[in-house]
Amino acid sequence: MSQEVKKHHQTETDQQALPPSSGVLTKVLGFSVGLTLVFTLVANLLPQVEGEAPVDEVIDLGALTPESFAALGEKLFMGKGTCTLCHKPPPLGRAPDIQGENMVGLAEQRLADERYQGEAETAEAYILESMIEPSIYVVKDWGVAGSDDTVSPMPKVNAAPIELTEVEMNAVIAYLQHKDGNDITVELPTETPAVEEQAPGATGGAPLPAQSAEEAIKKYGCQACHSLLGSSSPVGPTLDDVARRLDRQQIQQSILDPAAVISEGFANMMPTDFAEKMTVNELNMIVDLLAASPADSTDSDSTEADSSETTTATETSNEEVAQ
Amino acid sequence: MLHKRLNSLQLLPKMRLQKLLNIMLVAVLFLGASSLVSNLFIGDVYADSVAQRIQSVGSILLEGEPQPEPVVVEAVETEPAPAPQGAPKLKREDYPRVGASSRSVVWIAAQMHLFFAAFVLAVPLFVLVIEWIGIKYADDRYDDMAHEFMKITMTAYSITALLGGFLAFSLFLLYPQVMEYMMRVFNLQVLVYAGLFFAESALLYIYYYSWDALRYGNKKWLHLTVGLGLNVAGTTLLVVANAWVTFMMAPSGVDATGAVVGNIWEIIKGPLWNPINLHRFIANIAFGGAIVGAYAGYKFLSAKTVEMRAHYDWMGYTANFIAILAFLPLPFAGYWLMAEIYAYSQQMGITAMGGILAWLFIVQAVLIGTILLAGNYYLWAGMSRTEGSKRYAWMIKYIAMVLVACFLVWVTPHTLILSADEIKQLGGSHHKLLGPLGIMPAKNIAVNLMLIFTFLSFQLYRRADKIATVPYANFLNALMVVIYVVAIANVIFAGVYYGYFTNTVYKVGSSVMQVATTLVVIASGIIIDTFLFKKADMIPAVWGRVSNRSQYALFALPIAFTWLMALMGYVRSSVRTHWHVYTVMKDNSPDNFVPSIGYAGNMMTIVTILFLGMVLFIFWIASLSETKQSKPLAQQELEA
Repeated sequence: MSQEVKKHHQTETDQQALPPSSGVLTKVLGFSVGLTLVFTLVANLLPQVEGEAPVDEVIDLGALTPESFAALGEKLFMGKGTCTLCHKPPPLGRAPDIQGENMVGLAEQRLADERYQGEAETAEAYILESMIEPSIYVVKDWGVAGSDDTVSPMPKVNAAPIELTEVEMNAVIAYLQHKDGNDITVELPTETPAVEEQAPGATGGAPLPAQSAEEAIKKYGCQACHSLLGSSSPVGPTLDDVARRLDRQQIQQSILDPAAVISEGFANMMPTDFAEKMTVNELNMIVDLLAASPADSTDSDSTEADSSETTTATETSNEEVAQ
Repeated sequence: MLHKRLNSLQLLPKMRLQKLLNIMLVAVLFLGASSLVSNLFIGDVYADSVAQRIQSVGSILLEGEPQPEPVVVEAVETEPAPAPQGAPKLKREDYPRVGASSRSVVWIAAQMHLFFAAFVLAVPLFVLVIEWIGIKYADDRYDDMAHEFMKITMTAYSITALLGGFLAFSLFLLYPQVMEYMMRVFNLQVLVYAGLFFAESALLYIYYYSWDALRYGNKKWLHLTVGLGLNVAGTTLLVVANAWVTFMMAPSGVDATGAVVGNIWEIIKGPLWNPINLHRFIANIAFGGAIVGAYAGYKFLSAKTVEMRAHYDWMGYTANFIAILAFLPLPFAGYWLMAEIYAYSQQMGITAMGGILAWLFIVQAVLIGTILLAGNYYLWAGMSRTEGSKRYAWMIKYIAMVLVACFLVWVTPHTLILSADEIKQLGGSHHKLLGPLGIMPAKNIAVNLMLIFTFLSFQLYRRADKIATVPYANFLNALMVVIYVVAIANVIFAGVYYGYFTNTVYKVGSSVMQVATTLVVIASGIIIDTFLFKKADMIPAVWGRVSNRSQYALFALPIAFTWLMALMGYVRSSVRTHWHVYTVMKDNSPDNFVPSIGYAGNMMTIVTILFLGMVLFIFWIASLSETKQSKPLAQQELEA
């Protein structure tokens, strides 16, 4: 550069004066500030979204149902879990599109794959394992480059920076199971956190779960429409003798999906959100009470049968409520 | 004897005595400082050795008396070493409140400090090269220009230090626990930083103020050596400070709780340290070149004589040359940095490129597009300096068309901003035609083509005042055309094939191929032109013969660079999301959210305008030193 500049650096070396330049500073400032404002405008025209840090959320165990647990899992999947950063539909995804696929079905295929080296035997265990030890089974073509699909780029979700707790991972599993109509097999959290105990009084939040069938019936206002436990109301069919008309499963269905069968002579007025509001224990207690109505209580065989059925129902309650 | 010595002392010339006293004074100061350092830093070792010496003197025995039995001191069971202390877990109430957003205060302080620091670290780098060119070609104009660049830097250096103090105080005031943790991790390394700062200050002042005293002969080489020392200190300062930010992004040398488990080298050398070092080093040069280019542009526009105009035209061209030359490899350093971020944490990479921060890359495209368009426009306008440029004038419109088309592809968002009705009409938020242009493969094609065509503009500019005379000129020209055609085809093919017809994970790999292609074009262009224009006939070029309008490109560059630095610094910092130190120390402050793009953009504008104001102040100070008040008329008459 320099040689040619030296050779041809032909400046007009005389001290020839130029016409006075006016307002250079103003023009330069105006141009510079104007250009800056153009960039500012572009930034302000784009979608304005704030990225909130994860906020602690108190779960009301009293109002927790499998569906609401799955809904919580969906929130975690989209939010704190940051799953959707990578798990997107092709061609954008950097990981399998698990939202677009039935994970329970896929899990069964992968468990049968000879490349699978893990210890899971069920879809639930497989999903959990893939979250906390992602490299145990890497889906073909999704491994870290050069690792021959033996190392997954996915972070362990129970470690920093994601730090999902056991309950949160279960919620995500519930979501992945529920979104494709599969049974929710994970256990709902049962221990009430300390903060939660203070919540109703302190914050006016949801009431505590009912401890008995009578309490649950009172909590959900069943007696406002139905004749039950000594109360009388003509709005809905009486429930004092419901055990004569319906079996356990039908009673449960009437609570969770009241529009499925409408009793003759009555309007379709019953609330449809008990599936979301009612806890599994509350539902079981109410069903137990109604299925064992006084009219049948003298039949000892029947009582035993109900009792054993209740146990079975409790064991499989999550599944039933999910259905 | 003493008398004799005194006599000999009296014989010493006065100057030599003065020098002797000076040396003694320095020696005394050095010894004093050494003992101070010994006491401060190696106090325990020193104390032990003193204790042993005192004990040995105290053991006095009488002759004939038996030696006392040695006292056996039972070994005291040492206490177990304390467990390593992890990073503090802060609650919201742990953060001091000052009535304003702490993050905004630190944001402004940090960004202003970084702007000036980048400038004062970069300018001496290319000043040293310009000074060396001046020596090699025995051309004083280079030396004068280098000196003038340094003059601007001197005021900026003081402001850098002031802003550094402001930043440090802000951090210790507003985030004391974070700073306590960082000090605990980096420990004595921060004192090394302080020491380097002293060294850099000393070398900077010596370098600038000895410019005329060490101007010719061997002394000039001494001056260059001081300049080299200045740049070594400055660059080391940069990489030492970089370790702090890369530790916060990708901590190393600590366990999952943040407790220090490695040595200082393991802490410094995290996975992102070298990529950031390279990226900042190159970006600083581009930034520094752009700022001094603006200085030259300002002086050009306000020049009062033709000579001044020619001088500042040349200065502006050189500064622009430096800025664009440093800018061209910058995207490749950026690729490396992002690839390392993805390798460290795919989640972090996607947060930047595909998550909440992704929209910021549209703004980045606007900024880089502005830089490339302004840089190209300046080159095209500069071709008017020589009549030889007419041979290439017809190509400019095609280059402009390619640049604009690529720019439009680059700013095309993947997800369009639409109303509900528009989404319904479109059948989704992704337009069938424009949607594919919104993703990275299309943008990689666009940016590489923009770089290739910018290099073409530069090559045409350089060829404008030359006529090749070598016999193989036609062959070399044809070879250059073939290289361009093949390179353009390869950039498009790699982007389309790997970007749209293979798995997502191969996209980054394809960009490496594109980058390599662009680099091949640049390297082969320089080599071919070197051979092509050996003993070339030169067409006269007149410095100063450019339009005033062209000088505004020299202002567009630093404005866009400044905004771009603010933007990318924000992205780099925000990928940590709600972590002070990623995965180790959570940010639970009221400002732990990623703000909206509009808010961030407003912050960037505030810092850019503040910086612009301070830079104008520096320009004013630099010209103030050249201004001389004329003698009062009465005094002139008296002297006459």
